[in-house]
Amino acid sequence: MTSLLNIFWLGLKELRSLGSDLVMIFFVAYAFTGAIYIQATGTSSEVNNASIAFVDEDQSALSKELMNAFYPPRFQFPETILPTDVETTMDEGRFMFVVVIPPRFQADLGIGRHPDIQLNIDATAMQQAAIGANYIKNIVNSRITSFFARTDKVAREPINLVIRRLFNPNGEASWFTSVVAIINQVTLLTVILTGAAVIREREHGTLEHLLVMPLTAFEIALAKVWANGLVILVATSLSLYLVVETALQVPFTGSAALWFSGVALYLFFATALGIFLGTISRSMAQFALLIILVVLVLQLLSGGSTPVESQPIALQYMTLFLPSRHFVSFSQKIIYRGGGMSAVWPQFLMVAGIGLAFFMYSLVLFRKSIAVTK
Amino acid sequence: MSSAAPADGTPVVSIEGVTHRYGAAVALDSLSLDIPSGRMVGIIGPDGVGKSTLMALIAGSKKMQQGKVSVLGGDIGDIRHRRSACPRIAYMPQGLGKNLYLELSVQENVDFMARLFGLSATERPVRVKELLEATGLGPFHGRPAGKLSGGMKQKVGLCGALVHEPDLLILDEPTTGVDPLSRRQFWTLIDDIRAGRPSMSVIISTAYMDEAQQWDWIVAMDAGRVLATGTPSELMERTGTKDLEKCFIALLPEEKRSGHVEVTIPPRAEGKTEIAIDAKGLTRRFGDFVAVDRVTLTIERGEIFGFLGSNGCGKSTTMKMLTGLLPPSEGSATLFGQSVEAGSIEVRKNIGYMTQAFSLYGELTVRQNLILDARLYHIPPEKAKARITELVEQFGLGPYLDALAGDLPMGLRQRLSLAVAVLHGPALLILDEPTSGVDPVARDSFWELLVDLSRQQGVTIFVTTHFMNEAMRCDRISLMNAGKVLACDAPQKLIDGRNAATLEEAFIGYMEDAIADAAPGGTGAASRVAAADAQLATAPAPTESSGIRLRIDRMLAYSVNETMQILRDPVRLAFAFVGSAVLMLVFGFGITTDVERIRYATFDLDRSPESRAYLEEFAGTARYFAQTAPIRSAEDGLKRLQSDDISLVLEVPPNFGRNLRRGSGPEVMAQVDGANTFRGETVSQYVQATQGTMLQDPASGLPIVPEKYTAKFQDRYMYNPTFESVYAMVPSVPPLLLILIPAILMAISVVREKELGSIINFYVTPTGRLEYLMGKQIPYICIGMINYFILVAMAIVVFGIPIKGSFLMLTLCTLLYVTVTTGIGLVISTFVSSQVAAVFVTAIITLLPTVQFSGLLQPVSTLSGRAKIIGTFWPTTYYMHASKGAFTKGLGPDLLMQDVIFLACCIPILWAVSTMALGKQEK
Repeated sequence: MTSLLNIFWLGLKELRSLGSDLVMIFFVAYAFTGAIYIQATGTSSEVNNASIAFVDEDQSALSKELMNAFYPPRFQFPETILPTDVETTMDEGRFMFVVVIPPRFQADLGIGRHPDIQLNIDATAMQQAAIGANYIKNIVNSRITSFFARTDKVAREPINLVIRRLFNPNGEASWFTSVVAIINQVTLLTVILTGAAVIREREHGTLEHLLVMPLTAFEIALAKVWANGLVILVATSLSLYLVVETALQVPFTGSAALWFSGVALYLFFATALGIFLGTISRSMAQFALLIILVVLVLQLLSGGSTPVESQPIALQYMTLFLPSRHFVSFSQKIIYRGGGMSAVWPQFLMVAGIGLAFFMYSLVLFRKSIAVTK
Repeated sequence: MSSAAPADGTPVVSIEGVTHRYGAAVALDSLSLDIPSGRMVGIIGPDGVGKSTLMALIAGSKKMQQGKVSVLGGDIGDIRHRRSACPRIAYMPQGLGKNLYLELSVQENVDFMARLFGLSATERPVRVKELLEATGLGPFHGRPAGKLSGGMKQKVGLCGALVHEPDLLILDEPTTGVDPLSRRQFWTLIDDIRAGRPSMSVIISTAYMDEAQQWDWIVAMDAGRVLATGTPSELMERTGTKDLEKCFIALLPEEKRSGHVEVTIPPRAEGKTEIAIDAKGLTRRFGDFVAVDRVTLTIERGEIFGFLGSNGCGKSTTMKMLTGLLPPSEGSATLFGQSVEAGSIEVRKNIGYMTQAFSLYGELTVRQNLILDARLYHIPPEKAKARITELVEQFGLGPYLDALAGDLPMGLRQRLSLAVAVLHGPALLILDEPTSGVDPVARDSFWELLVDLSRQQGVTIFVTTHFMNEAMRCDRISLMNAGKVLACDAPQKLIDGRNAATLEEAFIGYMEDAIADAAPGGTGAASRVAAADAQLATAPAPTESSGIRLRIDRMLAYSVNETMQILRDPVRLAFAFVGSAVLMLVFGFGITTDVERIRYATFDLDRSPESRAYLEEFAGTARYFAQTAPIRSAEDGLKRLQSDDISLVLEVPPNFGRNLRRGSGPEVMAQVDGANTFRGETVSQYVQATQGTMLQDPASGLPIVPEKYTAKFQDRYMYNPTFESVYAMVPSVPPLLLILIPAILMAISVVREKELGSIINFYVTPTGRLEYLMGKQIPYICIGMINYFILVAMAIVVFGIPIKGSFLMLTLCTLLYVTVTTGIGLVISTFVSSQVAAVFVTAIITLLPTVQFSGLLQPVSTLSGRAKIIGTFWPTTYYMHASKGAFTKGLGPDLLMQDVIFLACCIPILWAVSTMALGKQEK
């Protein structure tokens, strides 16, 4: 009982300290509002403004027609280049795509042949290359068909493939990126807040002061966990309701209560990580360097930036130990797919397990580090 | 050469109407003063009266705000005079070893200073060796400065200051926190040096008034003004006092002195014999180092027990063991009969503790600090309220209850700390240097509170101090040095025991006994220093004629210095090299846009040969699709999609085969998991493409005729034929890492000097701005290049991606790029003032344009608007082109030339900006 009270009062002190740090408050507020909005609306996996050039060896009505089919915003207006310039212009990075239309193209098509069009793709621009190439093929083929049919009506395919995208019917990128942005901010800010709180106490000597009082290291650490966790939890829920649901109009399919319980579990891990990093670094500067390394790994390999399934198999096993991966996974299940406890319990269990193990380990280190401080 | 002293008439320093402010606080208030030359001048006053500001202004290390300071016959605010005069001035800032590089050894530190002042390679070792011998540091020349005691650090600082034979020596509180023996040795050393160079003027500030008693001339300061000047005897005569401390109090304005009474200590009541603290053979080791060596103490209840010793002698460690903060390696301690095991909560309730530094929450108010403490000790609210009211009144904190603790002046803070420490009514108070940095009047009123607690309330007080006059007020004291208790008794008895005049003398006596069998210290140094000086005076002085060589030499001095520091700091070293390797792996493997082996399930409601043939086509493209168990019902499919078991369901409706044969265009439904939009989009396209290929393929087994009027596409994935992310990603990683890591490390290295104080060496030596910046930059360019080779090796060995183009040209590009990125770090470092800010500002500034606008994700040619402008001028764009070009495109030198030219043009611009922004003086 006294222990719980201690944890409560210490946590309250933690909140007061944070409350007086205006820079930090501003930083948290911005990270959970403006930063998320910008990230969600600014990036897109769509092809946009792609640079394209044609080598027209046919010089026919059809080839002119094809070139007219490409226009902004998806593509820049195409340029015409000489066959000999294909390599050099692509080497310089002037064009992402170069379409080569062979001689007698229109004529060959007219007599029922299937002439080759060469499509040169700068494959170093990964994300846009594949999607853009597909656009080009679809555009070219539908133009050819309508050119010969002398009509704008699209011919019927022998098999009508109906693609239904579940959970995000229109494929709006902001649905996904906004939630990933929240997840990334949760990781980053929780670690910074908690770690900085530990280092600040140690640098100001207040930690020593606390330790001479009838308090245990466990109480001090747990107070930091709940106080900082609470701040982030509140920020997260505000961000979810105000930015994601209201401003960005992303629907929340599953149970919000379930998701927040998952977030709370994750915060337990993230605060423990903050205490750990705050304990092992000797100064704020070292802490800052460590954060860059650790948080980048947590964020990039979580499956939020690129799918986990795309990682090499060995790495996929390793990232099973990253709670951030489970965080991304259960967030997708709950928010988009409307999954319930039965779908997410393995992730919850993993996050809780790793969080607990980490907290225990940080606690041991924390205690030791206090003993060694001179 | 003693006759060469300049006439006493001309002052060495002349100050006219100098005012200096920090924000709203006034440090110096229209101060005017003439300091006579060739003397030993003391500036006395407690902390925070403006002594340090005044000294820094005289030394030219701080920028003048208002007024004029003439030093050595010229205006120190004038940059030309400063440049010519600075080789004649030596300045040692306040703080133990503040201008030393703690990772560097004693010899390296002194040698570095010698290089900055342009001593030649042949002169340096001789001069450094002589100085180290003379100061008794010879045996410790290889020890890192961070591992020296306070006294030794100050001696190293002094060696660094004397290395170029100054005419004016400015020492800011050189002996604060130094043990009495080292202190005495230090003053002997100064006297010897002055004997050898009588023309040298020395200006010293101190908070120990008793030290100043022997000096030639005294300036007493308070609140940014001069109270009085004159010889010590003049001043004491004027105020009718016998020592300088009392004299100083008498000189203070009336309102400050009000309420000040001499502290008198009533004798302790006889008869009480309860033991409060009983320590037996306490020992604590840190590795090989013995911090506390068999300390045995017995302290009675109600006693004021003093612990006297220098910084780092083991006082604090002993206290930590007594409070249970630190478990002893050997021995035991009991408080009121109970053993102090680490973590025993009951014992701690009896202790009140006040740490050396102010250890309350500066961001909470006075009241909140008190209430927090009451809560943590579980004092019932009503009782706590009464107790707080009582303490506030007793300690005179009433007017400040709602002020932030961090805003209080030092004296009040100490009182608040004490109030917090006694709030729960502890039987034992442990105070670690409670009065350092507090002025004499406030110190006396603090002691009154202590006396009251001890005599009236029977509280046992255990206090450490390095003020001798405070020690005299204790009932008993123990003298501690190098982890050992030298003696322990009532102060007067200790003095009598050694037939000494003062406690300080007695202490020194005990210390000399203790180290009698150790190596001889700094005694007898006088003649050697004088000899060294004489010898150097005959040596040709460094001339300014070889200007360029001097400049390069100073620049290289900074490079060598920086390199050694990095090599000795494991965290920065690890970040520099391990960091980039780890991030390379993470980026290379982690950021991949390849979507392969998509887990899918079929839902075949037709089960005709046609439907099987259709679905077979997907199973056939194993690189993209991985089949799992078929689905039995629509709900089953949804469930498996929800739980992320599969990402795609292919549903073939009934009568698919019949409708297809009839040519009535049957539907096939593909349900795609669209939660991750990018992945969902890609999966949809794969499905479309697979069907598209199927329809064109006469051998597909489907009863359809290939369409007329379609062109066949020949895809040529240039530079990356198999179209795997890794080929695109890996060449993009070096541009990203080679800006992030070198820029951050570079920014930290300059800001670190600002934060730790060693940048003063740049302010007060003839080092030019460009020399300083480039000197510090060179090691980081090297780190960047080593990183580059590591990254290239990893690309080839781990990821199997060779360099197809010109390796030599790429290396040249890298060299320029790394110079540019460290240059960006330099520019940032001139604007920020803390290391944390340096890290985050650099990360934010460099990451956004690098990731978004330099062609990492989206080619610059496809950007528009402001993004395109940033992308066009951000250096990474060009290096990204070079790196991708050399790795995957196989570009030759001619195509990389444009990148080389652009990067080369950035370098002088960055140098110019950082040179202009870097101040040669502190603001």
